[in-house]
Amino acid sequence: MRTFEVMFIAAPNTAEDDLKKLTSQLETVVADLGGTVTKVDQLGRRKLAYPIQKFDEGIYSLLNVEGSGREIAELERRLRVSDIVIRHMTVRTDEDLQRAAKLKAGRKTAAAARSQSESDLALNNDDEDMEE
Amino acid sequence: MGGGRRRRACRLCAEKIDYIDYKDVKLLQLFVPERGKIMPRRISGTCALHQRKLAEAIKRARNIALLPYTTH
Repeated sequence: MRTFEVMFIAAPNTAEDDLKKLTSQLETVVADLGGTVTKVDQLGRRKLAYPIQKFDEGIYSLLNVEGSGREIAELERRLRVSDIVIRHMTVRTDEDLQRAAKLKAGRKTAAAARSQSESDLALNNDDEDMEE
Repeated sequence: MGGGRRRRACRLCAEKIDYIDYKDVKLLQLFVPERGKIMPRRISGTCALHQRKLAEAIKRARNIALLPYTTH
């Protein structure tokens, strides 16, 4: 199972109802294709770092999607076609998050091993040379 | 070294950040000087791994207009 983060920016003059409608539409699209939307986040109005289609601000939304990847294709198509969406981006997150979790776990065991050897040796030169 | 800074460990390693989120603008901005460019490793002192992840995250943030490509 893959996880994705889909972020899109709606034009600042979008009516709240339209945005809601779009979001629920997207959710049904994902559900129809066998995926699940695990989280919907309305990040609200935010100033854009640079103008997009002459707009200086936009309404940010974030969807967390879980699925095979097929629903993403349809989701992206919808976002491209929609008039109110001025920018969208999908990021696959499962691989990176997994790696992060692994690093975290590795650090934990390393710390445990270190405290173990410290108590064994009692005196230890405190050279904390990390990578590089 | 005249005015040069001492070599120190990667700030992201010290903070134990494993996943650099492109949405975390506050963090990313520490590595984006005024001009909007990505701060080079020789100045920020980040390790290779974190610099790579950082660059990726900054580019994502730029795409979605959280960070500028350039400023003038």
